Parts: sequence; C-alpha cells; structure tokens
Amino acid sequence: MATGPVSETDPAPAAAAADGDDVLLRADNLVKYFPIKGTGLFREKEYVHAVDGVSLSIRRGQTFGIVGETGCGKSTLARCVARLHDVTSGRIVFDGQDITKLSQRAMRPLRREIQMIFQDPIGSLNPRRRVGSIIGDPFAIHKLAAGSERKRRVQELMERVGLNPEHFNRFPAEFSGGQRQRIGVARALAFQPKLIICDEPVSALDVSVQAQVINLLADLQTDFGLTYIFIAHDLSVVRHVSNSIGVMYLGKVTEVAPAEELFTVPRHPYTGALLSAVPVPNPELSDQRQQIILAGDVPSPVAPPSGCRFHPRCPKAAPVCVAEDPPLEPRLGDGPEHPAACHLPMAEGENLAEFRPSISEKERVVEVEGSLLPEGAEPEHIADALPARGEGGTP
Amino acid sequence: MALLEVEDLRVSFNTPDGVVQAVRGVSYDIEAGKTLGIVGESGSGKSVSTQTIMGLTKGAQVTGRAVFEGQDLLTASPDQMRAIRGAKIGMIFQDPLSSLHPYYTVGWQIVEMIRLHDDMSKDQAMKRAVELLRLVGIPQPDRRVNDYPHQFSGGMRQRAMIAMAMALNPAVLIADEPTTALDVTVQAQVLRVIRRMQEVFGTAVILITHDLGVVADVADDVLVMYGGKVLERADRRTLFFASHHPYTEGLLQSMPSYGGERGRLRPIPGQPPSLLAPPPGCPFAPRCVYVMDKCAEMPSLDPVGSGDLGHLSACWLPHNEADREAVRRRVAHVELAKSAGPAGA
Repeated sequence: MATGPVSETDPAPAAAAADGDDVLLRADNLVKYFPIKGTGLFREKEYVHAVDGVSLSIRRGQTFGIVGETGCGKSTLARCVARLHDVTSGRIVFDGQDITKLSQRAMRPLRREIQMIFQDPIGSLNPRRRVGSIIGDPFAIHKLAAGSERKRRVQELMERVGLNPEHFNRFPAEFSGGQRQRIGVARALAFQPKLIICDEPVSALDVSVQAQVINLLADLQTDFGLTYIFIAHDLSVVRHVSNSIGVMYLGKVTEVAPAEELFTVPRHPYTGALLSAVPVPNPELSDQRQQIILAGDVPSPVAPPSGCRFHPRCPKAAPVCVAEDPPLEPRLGDGPEHPAACHLPMAEGENLAEFRPSISEKERVVEVEGSLLPEGAEPEHIADALPARGEGGTP
Repeated sequence: MALLEVEDLRVSFNTPDGVVQAVRGVSYDIEAGKTLGIVGESGSGKSVSTQTIMGLTKGAQVTGRAVFEGQDLLTASPDQMRAIRGAKIGMIFQDPLSSLHPYYTVGWQIVEMIRLHDDMSKDQAMKRAVELLRLVGIPQPDRRVNDYPHQFSGGMRQRAMIAMAMALNPAVLIADEPTTALDVTVQAQVLRVIRRMQEVFGTAVILITHDLGVVADVADDVLVMYGGKVLERADRRTLFFASHHPYTEGLLQSMPSYGGERGRLRPIPGQPPSLLAPPPGCPFAPRCVYVMDKCAEMPSLDPVGSGDLGHLSACWLPHNEADREAVRRRVAHVELAKSAGPAGA
C-alpha cells in the first residue's frame, strides 16, 4: 500500500481559477506525507499519509471548524496551510496568491497575515520572558515599532484581549490558564492578521474560562473581520463557533457542511458515529439517543485501508467501499456546500445501529477488531474472568 | 447502607508558598451498583479527595473519616491499606501511559497485580489476565497480553488499565478522569466497558470528571465541587434541570449548549480561587452574581426542595423555588441594566 509521494505536477482542479472574491484560503488536493525511517538497510521507505488529498475553501470573515480523532491529520493540515510544513503536493492559494512554493523570505510578509494560537498556553510561552516582551515579539521580528511605541502597542493589545496592561512586566507563570491563552491571542493579533489558525485553543481550559475565551475570539472576529480555522476535538465547541465544519478521517476530508446541517443531517456514517459518541450534557437527550460505538481503533496512516478509509469500521460498508475511494461531492440532493465522501450516505433520520456491514470479515479487520462486550455478553463468561467478591484481597 | 462513607474530609498540603487547603470539609457516600459523578474545575479538590481516601497523598495533613466495610481508611495501617487498595477499591487514572510501566508487558503487570493479592500460579494468573483483556475489548488478547504498553493505542491502554483495576473485582472503582485524554469515539467505548462491568458485578463507581456531558451520560448522583468544598449534590436530572447553586447554574450556562441556540456564551466571570489561605465564606462568592452580605459566612450543605431526593445545596439563596425565582429575576434585571451601559469585561 505504501507508495511514494504522488507526482508534483498534479493538475489542480479547474474550478480553482474561478474563485470568488470572498474566498480567503483555498487548498487544492493537498498532500503531506512524512517519511519514516526504514529499520533495515534495504527496507523500502514508508510514509505516514498525514494529509492525503484535501481540497477546501474558506471564506473571508467566517470560521471553518475541523474535527476528527487524534491522528486524522487536522493539525498537519492547518500547519501546511500556514506553510509551517512544506506540502508534498497540491496547491495553497491565500488571498488570491499561490503560496505553495514561496520561499521563506517571500513568505515573511505573509506570516503577519496568517497567525496561530496553540493549545497549550503554558508550553507556547517562554516562562523566563516577561509578557510584554512575548507579545512584542512580532514587532521585533518584523522590525516595526520599537521602544515606547512598541510598549504602547503591546499594551493596547493586552487591553483588547482583556488583560490588565499594567501586567506588562509579569511572567507567564503569574497568569492563570485562561489569561495565558489571552496572551497567545494578543500575540497573534499584533498585525491585524487575516487568518488565525486556532489549534485546540480552549481544550486545556475549564468550562467557565473556556467560554470567556470563545466569546473573546467571537468579538475579535466581529471587530477585525478575522477568518478562523478552528480545530478542536470538542464537537459542541466547534459547532458553536463555526460557520462550516470539515470532518477528517485518516488524512482525508470525509464531509464538509454548514455547522447546523452537519449536526442535523450528517451524510457520512463516520460523522454520524462521531456525533453519536459525543456525551450530551442533558440527561433527557442522552437517555433517548442511540449511541453507535465504533469497534476498534483508527487504522495506521502508514498503510491506510483501500477504497473508503472508513470501511473497516463502517456499519454500512459494502464491497464498493473496499474497491473505490468515494469522491467528496454533494450526496442525496444536498447543496454544493455540503459534500460527503461516501458511496452509501445516510438518509435523514437513518439509524446507523440497524446496519451491518456487507463485506467479508477479513476486510472489516485492520489489525484490530476489538469487539466490546457485545450486547448480552455472557455473564458466566465474565464471571470466569473475575473472582467472586471477597475471595481475593486477603494477603 | 452505604458502601463507602466519607465524612468531613479535610486535606491540606504544606508548600513553599504556604498551606494549601485542597479539600475543606467534604462528605459523601456511595452505594453498590451506583455511579457517583464528581465534577469541578481544576483545583476544586476533586482528585485530592479521592486520592486521600486511597492513601495516595503522602505528606498531607488529613482529618475526617472515610469508612469502607466498617473500617476507617484514613487511620488504617499501611498493611491494611495495601490489602484494600487495588483489591477492594480499584483505581483508574487519567493518563494511562504514565500509569503503566514501560519496561514490563501489559500481561506481566496484570499478573503481578493479581498475584500480589490472590494466591495463584503464574499460569492461572496469566489466563485470567487474558480473559480480562478480552473482557474490555482488546482484540486477540492471547497475543496482545505479551505486548508492551507503547504497542497499545491510547484507548487500548486505558482499557488495559480498566482490566487491571477490575482484576480483583473490587467493590468500589474510582475513575479519575478516565476518558479525558481520549477521543470521543474511544471515550464512548471505555464508558461502555465501565458500565457493563458495573451492571454485571454491581461495582460502585466514583467518576471524577470536568465534562458535564459524561456526567449526564453515566452518573446516578452528582457532586459539584469548587474551592475544596461540595457546593451541591443531586441526582443527575435534578442537577441538569433544577439545580440550586449559582455555581452549578454558571457551569451549565457556560457550556456551548448541544442543540441550543447559538450566540454568545455566558461564562462565569473571574478565575477559580486560590486555595492558599482561602477567605472564610462561600468560595464562589467573588464570582457569583447573586452574592449578598451573608455569603461571608459559609452556608451548610442543606436539603433543597420538599421531596427526599437527596438534593443538597450549600447556598444562602432561598430553598423555596418561588422565592428563588424572585431573586433570580431581580438579579437578571440588574445585570441587564449593567450590560446596557458600557460593555462588560
């Protein structure tokens, strides 16, 4: 399965040319493979297929959410878009300019316009530097505003994100988690960027503080017309902040849809399963709903499954899913803003739990098949495994 | 009768900065087959309170009682604790990679655990380990039992931890953020394993989490902790639909509601309190919209409402629904006037 990087002369879809003015960022068939060292001298080089042919376009002033499990390539995709990784193939168009092959030097002015906010507000701030100097970094790097002018602008930024400007000389350790995340936001805002990539910006925060940061990001978007790429594994947060959401699985985008539509009419069974697994903070709803529990783990991205990559875990999998990789296109009469990469998309209100895959046992299994205490797992069998209570525990 | 009864537990630590009062008078009890959810933000004392019961907070000053099977765990000797820990009260921690030893195979670690408490041969113990791994959904357990922890995925490691915690069929299982590091799909798998174990064996589960969604899913009763104290206790329905304490209300409101209206979230202003020399009175008072003069004194955890539903709340707000609604409306009015003025912070 493991092939080398695909040819770099991949023709970009013709549609790319006909961009409206409102598309800020466009990715065409983006591919990023990471080589992993073969352990033997003659071993064929293998690649992690981190991002494998992703196309998407993000409109100005909107928030595009990306969801998916660990290792699905969502962070790699974001980093490729910001040119923090060089892409293996494909094309990135930012604000009408092809930035795929720009040199580091040519990228530099663009770096002001594409900023990132990271997950870990502790790890992304140098503990030995004062906050004023950390937020002032962009001014230093781009040789804009020095001395008292820089201090003034930094304090403006601090005030804008809800930090006390008098805390200019404090160290990151003197701030709480939420405030540290605000420092990260202030730093990203320095040059009024066009695009901010938020990689799990609120995952490390407590709910009450998380809401403060989400509201701040929303205010800044309104005030400065920012565009966000918002990556998070908490689906209710992504739903709240995003205009549209892309779902990723093993390096591929499986579905894109306007936020509400994704949650109400998911087409891809993976989306359906993912949504059903989210714990609902409402006992009434959580009692009613039916959870689809996917068996096993995500297969290795070194040798992804053939056809639709979700087929080994999909309750609807059919032979066609093993043979053919479904294109990302609108299904079942959906509009162009809601494409899904599935041969057998879910109809509205369909219950995934009623389906059983119609492919052979072997194809269903990709190294792991973990069946989790199937309904009605024989208690006698379980009893064999465990001692009766009181029997154990007396040394 | 309650299986485990914790009474007025207080834990403090000496640190270079002073004495941190991590837990300040926590009481709860749990019955067989039930799940008690403990929710709270970082620093609320939710983990420390359970670790103390297990004797895992070395160097802490502890007072109070934790009675399990007629024995006070807080005064038990190290030998007595060793017989209880793992065998009668099992634990699952948040980070499965750092809780498994990287040098030993998963099977070896389960076998060691079993043989420490139970008199059986290595072969027998290994057989049981395989069965346990099968039980928690590890594929090909007879082969994977010889794998090292790094060869397992995150979800599998957590399942291995559950297998280990369940190996001696404990009466109480303490799960400290068992799914926080996992993806939602794997989280659903792990929660289901715990629930099935509970159904089959009647294990009592204490589930510590900051995720209200998980609590709504699996807990029977919920304890809300803040600043080292229990602020509210209720069954999950009451907690989500008729909570009393303003902190609980704030927590629920600051969540992006599932299927609710979009728009602005309503965060709780301010930051959680420092537990170095916390001021007397309600720890939530500085962030509370209903704060009144009385809040300088800590209210006791009293029953709310009429029925004997076990709904307790530590708040001076009227316990009577109608009176409370009146206060709420008044405060909402003031808030509205405030926000109509200069934009709030």
